[in-house]
Amino acid sequence: MRRLFAALLAVSLLVLAQPSRADQTEDALTSLGTPGFDNVREGVEQLATSGHPRAAEIIGALQAGLLFVNADQTLFIKQGDDSFVSASDGKATTDISADDLKQVRVNNGIRNAIEAALGGLRLFSPDAPTRLEAAEAVYKAHDPAALPALDQALAKESNAGVKTRMLEARAAALLSAPDSVEGDRIAAVAVLRARGDIETRGYLASLSDQPPAVAAAITAALTSLDRLAQIWSVAQSVYYGLSLGSVLLLAAAGLAITFGVMGVINMAHGEMVMIGAYVTFVVQQFMREHTPGIYGTSLLFAIPLAFLVTGAVGVAVERCLIRFLYGRPLETLLATWGLSLGLQQAVRSIFGANNRDVDTPRWMSGATEVGGLTLTWNRMYIILFAIIVLASLMAALRYTSLGLRMRAVTQNRRMAAAMGIRTPWIDALTFGLGSGVAGMAGVALSQIDNVSPNLGQGYIIDSFMVVVFGGVGNLWGTTLGALTLGIVNKFLEPIAGAVMAKIVVLVLLILFIQRRPRGMFPLKGRAVES
Amino acid sequence: MKTDRTLWLTLSLTFGIPLVLAVLNQVTEIGAALHVPTYVLALAGKYLCFAMLALAVDLVWGFAGILSLGHAAFFALGGYAMGMYLMRQIGTRGVYGNAMLPDFMVFLGWKELPWYWYGFEWFPFAIFMAVLVPGLLAMGFGWLAFRSRVTGVYLSIITQALTYALLLAFFRNDMGFGGNNGLTDFKDILGFPVQADATRAVLLVVSALFLCLQFLVARFVVDSRFGKMLIAVRDTESRTRFLGYRPESYKLVVWVLSAVMAGIGGALYVPQVGIINPSEFAPANSIEAVIWVAVGGRGTLSGAILGAILVNFGKTWFTGALPEFWLYALGALFIFVTLFLPKGVMGLFAMRRART
Repeated sequence: MRRLFAALLAVSLLVLAQPSRADQTEDALTSLGTPGFDNVREGVEQLATSGHPRAAEIIGALQAGLLFVNADQTLFIKQGDDSFVSASDGKATTDISADDLKQVRVNNGIRNAIEAALGGLRLFSPDAPTRLEAAEAVYKAHDPAALPALDQALAKESNAGVKTRMLEARAAALLSAPDSVEGDRIAAVAVLRARGDIETRGYLASLSDQPPAVAAAITAALTSLDRLAQIWSVAQSVYYGLSLGSVLLLAAAGLAITFGVMGVINMAHGEMVMIGAYVTFVVQQFMREHTPGIYGTSLLFAIPLAFLVTGAVGVAVERCLIRFLYGRPLETLLATWGLSLGLQQAVRSIFGANNRDVDTPRWMSGATEVGGLTLTWNRMYIILFAIIVLASLMAALRYTSLGLRMRAVTQNRRMAAAMGIRTPWIDALTFGLGSGVAGMAGVALSQIDNVSPNLGQGYIIDSFMVVVFGGVGNLWGTTLGALTLGIVNKFLEPIAGAVMAKIVVLVLLILFIQRRPRGMFPLKGRAVES
Repeated sequence: MKTDRTLWLTLSLTFGIPLVLAVLNQVTEIGAALHVPTYVLALAGKYLCFAMLALAVDLVWGFAGILSLGHAAFFALGGYAMGMYLMRQIGTRGVYGNAMLPDFMVFLGWKELPWYWYGFEWFPFAIFMAVLVPGLLAMGFGWLAFRSRVTGVYLSIITQALTYALLLAFFRNDMGFGGNNGLTDFKDILGFPVQADATRAVLLVVSALFLCLQFLVARFVVDSRFGKMLIAVRDTESRTRFLGYRPESYKLVVWVLSAVMAGIGGALYVPQVGIINPSEFAPANSIEAVIWVAVGGRGTLSGAILGAILVNFGKTWFTGALPEFWLYALGALFIFVTLFLPKGVMGLFAMRRART
């Protein structure tokens, strides 16, 4: 009922306003036709707020230099075919020759007025996105001259989103206007505070000569906006940290398994990651050639394939190399380093030393905004992927019979062997599993890093740090280690710079190892001393 | 110290061959049948410096069981100390002709010399720093690591973290060590032009002399009672501790000694190669130094020297003849030596001797 009443009131107000508006239109057109830059500018401003149906067209013509005037100060618009139409009603005129007409000239002041007027006029466009854009433009200009137009537009506006923007624009204009009252100003500050983006903060900070109460409100608004921005920036750092942490986790999870179960340091682990990335490349090449229809799903095919390929490489490496070196961890380290050199060079020979292009599918590119956070989709998917990989690994270790055997071997190799577990076989499968996980990490990394033969080198040291930090044989430790390192790194970056942050993290880690020589979650029991 | 055939053979070869090369280079004319070109002198000098690094690695790995994957850091620090001295010797002959500041500092808009560059225009100070800085770093690092009983693989990984951190740090321009490009364009050392044949010959002989000295020191250490303790620590650290010894003290002493030896190697390396840049800190370099020792024979000292020279000679030859195969060859060498030649080349000699 009340709404109906309000609507009726608005309609009657509009009707009442009509006659004066007609006068205004006349005046506006007259001043536009009167020689003198000041008259023209006034005409533009009046026309803009008059609500004349052809206002936009007339002002547009003036901007394009197509508005002409005759000796009686009647306005005409020149058409594309050099004929003229009457400016006020758009009717064609035939009895006019170009010789009787004079172009209405503009200067910079008028050009500004034209732009403001056109911006204001678009507020009345029937198209909601255009109105939204116009409101945004008025907001950015925060020109008090737009206030009357804004008020009219607001009265008509039915779209809630556009209305909010218009209210914000009105608030900004009010604060700029020299004559608005204090109460309005304080209300305007509240509106802008609710908007709260960086631009608004800048605008609020730039305001001067406000009454004391308003100035106090502005200061309060700025403080609260700054605090909010700080919270968002912390959240953003946490997000970046989580994203880096999940990458580290993916790279280190396989390493943690092989190190935990077999006590073997696999320096070729980074190369398994690299091979996984190249598998992605090959899969994409193949699908582009043969099945372009489902090219967008290439990553879904690459993940299991990378797991199988690198897993097979891992089993082969274990059978041909590592099993001869059990009980000599330092020699294993050297041999696998040699292997990593060979693998790198092999990939370089096959695919070339340059970076290879791996596409990011459309559903993984772009970003979304949540509050003050920018979340890129590829990073989001990698976090999700890391969670899935971690969960499946944990489930595999916890619920499968292979997992049971692996845990038994981790805890006490000789006892496990005595219970009938074929430890060499478990070792081979463990190594395959660890390598396979590395391969899947490679698929993920191909989305955010350059696919080159050196891809693995960049991650191997970081992965080791994660394993050493988290402690071996415990995936929770690895997870916590990866996330901690990732987040600490990202928090240090804005303070110290990216390289310095990395150095600080490394030094902190070296110091941390002094306190906990076997990581945050060391293995307990007899296995430790062997 | 026991004297045996290996000792005399090593000493005479490591000193004799470079001496002969240097003399031949100096006394014969270019084009003569026995003439040794100068680039051979530079190469040989480089090998000898690498041999010092290998000796240092062998001392800690072969005798104290500490596998350092970051020993090249000490080598590079020694090199930077010498590089700083050589930079200061350039004086006004640089591109910008600034008497106080090296070119890269002028280029970066630095106004005055950072405090840590003071004194490096003085040769004895630079040499002192080439010994002191690696030594101090090793002492700090080792004291922390050995005291809290970080051993085995964990220790290897944090030594790698150490050299990686230094690599990143020296890449930074605002560290004041020339950033990415490092220190280069040296003019002279102690007043003699670095590029001259005679200087190179002398540097080679000096390197050989220092290598022999280091070898003698290392032999002295490992043959002493202290050396026996090191071997005990290497083989069963916990038992040594239960017998009332402090393994960490023994490890720390030999660790610092080894770092100093590597630092001297680095200091001699820089004038002969003519450049020092952060890539010397790369973890891969340290791991390569370990393989030199493994090839020659871990825990033999003479083997470390032999291994360093053999592998680097191979590298020079391969990268010239078959560049794309060098990494395959190096990788295969790592695997082959660890699988089939655990005692290295010296092990082969020992086997032959035992058979006859």
